[in-house]
Amino acid sequence: MCRLVAITSDTPVSPMTALNALDVMREGHDGSGVGLLLRDLGGPLEEMKNEPILSGIFTEAGIRRLDSYMINMGFLTKYKISIKIPKVPPPGVPKRDMYLIRAYEYPEEWEDMSREEKEARLVNVRLALQEMGRENQDMIVFSFWPDTIMIKEIGDPLTVGKYLELGNEKLNARIIMAQGRQNTNYAIDLYACHPFFIQGFSTMTNGENTAFVPIREYLSSREEPGYTGFYSDSEVFVHILHYTLKHLGLGVEAYKHVITPLQDADMESHPNGEFLKHLKRTCRKLIIDGPNCVIGVLPDNTLFMTQDRKKLRPGVAGGKPGTWVFSSELCGLDYILPDRDKNSDFQPMHLDTAVVRPDRREVDICQQMQRLPRLH
Amino acid sequence: MSANAKITPSTLSIKDLPWQIAWSQEKCTLCGQCTAVCPVNAIEAGVFRKRIVDVDINADRQPGNVYKVYHGIRQRTDPAYHCVGCGMCAMVCPNDAIMPYHSDEAEKLKFHLNQGGQPERRGGRRNAPSGVLDQIKFLRISMLTDPALDAGRHEFEMRTLLGRILPPEQNMEIVRQRGWIPPVREIYPLIIGGMSFGALSPPMWEGLQMGVAYLNEEMGMPVRISTGEGGCPPRLLRSRFLRYVILQIASGYFGWDEIIHAIPEMKVDPCAIEIKYGQGAKPGDGGLLMWHKVNELISAIRGVPMGVSLPSPPTHQTKYSIEEAVAKMIQSMYMAWGFRVPVYPKISATSTALAVLNNLTRNPYAAGLAIDGEDGGTGAAYNVSMDHMGHPVASCLRDCYLNLVHLGQQNEIPLFAGGGIGKNGNLAANAAALIMLGASGVQVGKYVMQAAAGCVGSETQRCNICNIGQCPKGITAQDPRLYRRLDADDVAQRLVDMFVAFDTELRKIVAPLGRSTSLPIGMSDALGIGDKAAADRLGIKYVV
Repeated sequence: MCRLVAITSDTPVSPMTALNALDVMREGHDGSGVGLLLRDLGGPLEEMKNEPILSGIFTEAGIRRLDSYMINMGFLTKYKISIKIPKVPPPGVPKRDMYLIRAYEYPEEWEDMSREEKEARLVNVRLALQEMGRENQDMIVFSFWPDTIMIKEIGDPLTVGKYLELGNEKLNARIIMAQGRQNTNYAIDLYACHPFFIQGFSTMTNGENTAFVPIREYLSSREEPGYTGFYSDSEVFVHILHYTLKHLGLGVEAYKHVITPLQDADMESHPNGEFLKHLKRTCRKLIIDGPNCVIGVLPDNTLFMTQDRKKLRPGVAGGKPGTWVFSSELCGLDYILPDRDKNSDFQPMHLDTAVVRPDRREVDICQQMQRLPRLH
Repeated sequence: MSANAKITPSTLSIKDLPWQIAWSQEKCTLCGQCTAVCPVNAIEAGVFRKRIVDVDINADRQPGNVYKVYHGIRQRTDPAYHCVGCGMCAMVCPNDAIMPYHSDEAEKLKFHLNQGGQPERRGGRRNAPSGVLDQIKFLRISMLTDPALDAGRHEFEMRTLLGRILPPEQNMEIVRQRGWIPPVREIYPLIIGGMSFGALSPPMWEGLQMGVAYLNEEMGMPVRISTGEGGCPPRLLRSRFLRYVILQIASGYFGWDEIIHAIPEMKVDPCAIEIKYGQGAKPGDGGLLMWHKVNELISAIRGVPMGVSLPSPPTHQTKYSIEEAVAKMIQSMYMAWGFRVPVYPKISATSTALAVLNNLTRNPYAAGLAIDGEDGGTGAAYNVSMDHMGHPVASCLRDCYLNLVHLGQQNEIPLFAGGGIGKNGNLAANAAALIMLGASGVQVGKYVMQAAAGCVGSETQRCNICNIGQCPKGITAQDPRLYRRLDADDVAQRLVDMFVAFDTELRKIVAPLGRSTSLPIGMSDALGIGDKAAADRLGIKYVV
């Protein structure tokens, strides 16, 4: 079982804080891999909120192919964060030529495009780069999106963090999601590592998704180019989140109603019962069966955590106004925020979604039996 | 056979028959119950002559013969009276003195069941016991990262949807505009398939209806039953129990005069309307209720004269194509109930099923598609249709499901599979396999007759005489002297037993796979089979 930790904070935090918290919870992961998502960035990239940032791992040849591809597209490098790596990686971490974090300026012809058009194109660029990388095994691209950095690597999370010098202040961020991996495949594909990302939405999960195949088949037939890959059975969680908010126009409160709908008897007494009945029927193919704890972030930097229908995975939320942490275990939370009011820690149960809005004032508990907010 | 009897081409010996009666003179009390109960008069009281050689042990007198007669049971060899192996003689015999045995010889009877140029007609099913469904295993047991679920303790929602589901975006938009959304029923995934009033006896039909009502109202299981093509008793049409009933219409329209006239007086809407275009047991052939069974009650419900055979034509005669038939009939049935009742067609499994399905995907009203495989049952048909016509349900269903996946409509048109599910007693395993291949639910008929009423028919040529009204268990008989053997309350009780046990078995299958929140429709990664060709064909794992 993997371990998860997510931080949202008014003041930018170092990714090493999250990796140390994972280390505290190391009984729950085997040190076989780590994934990091950084959003609402501090450091130099704070000044470039709208420029897309490319994150990935490249060989020397891969970098050259990337540069020529991006120049042809009209993207110009605006800023890059260099990650200096020692010549010899620590045991268990593969040797790489370059970890890339680079912000680009949009091509001139993109300037007049609508936001939707730009967002669709950014996905297409990422998919094209991933495809190129697969052909020659020379690039792995995690994300290409404004105000977003993703780093994934094989190895023990803390060791990887130290090796890549992720304590570098330039990488501090207000939202951090990190997963310590309990590997279930012999060969580790970095594309199968959490968190997963699409158009500003990201999720990470522990557990397995037993309904993966029917869900994958359904998502694949939605005619959304970004619903692809599926290297992990957990990748569909971010696609379902994207589908719920972008295609159905619903809020994060409705996500749990899609993945783990209420049973019929409960729905009858629900103030939005009629609407939820339609949602359950039409989105029947997106129902997950768990066991999963899902932590995710929305494009507006809302952070949430929710559980499967039977609450078979651990997860706790705690903190104080300005800083909130979601963690698989209390010890992870204790490491990051030892001085919080522990009495107000909250463990979301089978009906709950814990949500911290971008203002970071409180943890909002959306309970499935409550009335849904009115749709705009 | 007597010494001066004529031997004709169709003169058979007992050895030539598929079923042979073993009778013990020692045990027999000559009570006559076996000859009375035999539905086909295959056995009769016989007088046997016996010679005993009488030899005096002291050799005082010459050996001689003693001639005696004794009375017993004789098996008839006339093809018209051949034993069907139902075994009722063994059931009623107080001394276990009689028993039919299946011949070890290739039967010769078959060559003679066409006297007068009339090919063999019978009831029952395809006489082939094997099938691919029993070979499918459930492999994907959750062992790695999570505790498997507990079939007895956790919460399960084993329900399915019958009705046209719109794409989520479109549905959401119509909800906002308060527009019309096609009716959808949430039902139990095991449906009692169409067996008509007429094919079944009154206590059988009544027992099934009572059992279904009990399952719904006392057990909280939304089980639904299809009427088959034979109408529906007037009181049921006007009762609240109609909501558990799927009314079937087929090419003979039997009983629909009564149904249409009852619409203004209906208290509730029926669950759905099933338009039968084909039946898996006899694909491409019409319905048939032979004259033996058309008595006063049946003729009244169906709106036909008494004592005549009732063939439904193979085609819906007022339409010239399936596209037209499906479109027009679906439309008019929707209109009859004010667009509140789902309407779906049932076809026999066939290599042309995809074409029908593709038509339905473009028909915004089609509420589903039921596909009936070659192992389905029938009350009456030509033997050649039953044994040689048809398509296995597994690959037909799988093709249809994958076609919907390709179109992105896999949640929109539910597929229901029928035909031979549980034919070897493995109902839950067969049903779960079909659901994971893509069925939203399954329809069963023969299993219900076997489990709830004790039908003795089987795929090894046993009984299968539903057509002549002589059902020895009273299940398909219309003669009160026969059907009083069946008690409607007993049938209801057994039906409830059957569904409750099925529900437990279904959970025992899905819980280790980690599924409980929704029915695992299309969860093909859970399935495997030890036959490479079948694995490739169905798109499931090959395991040895």
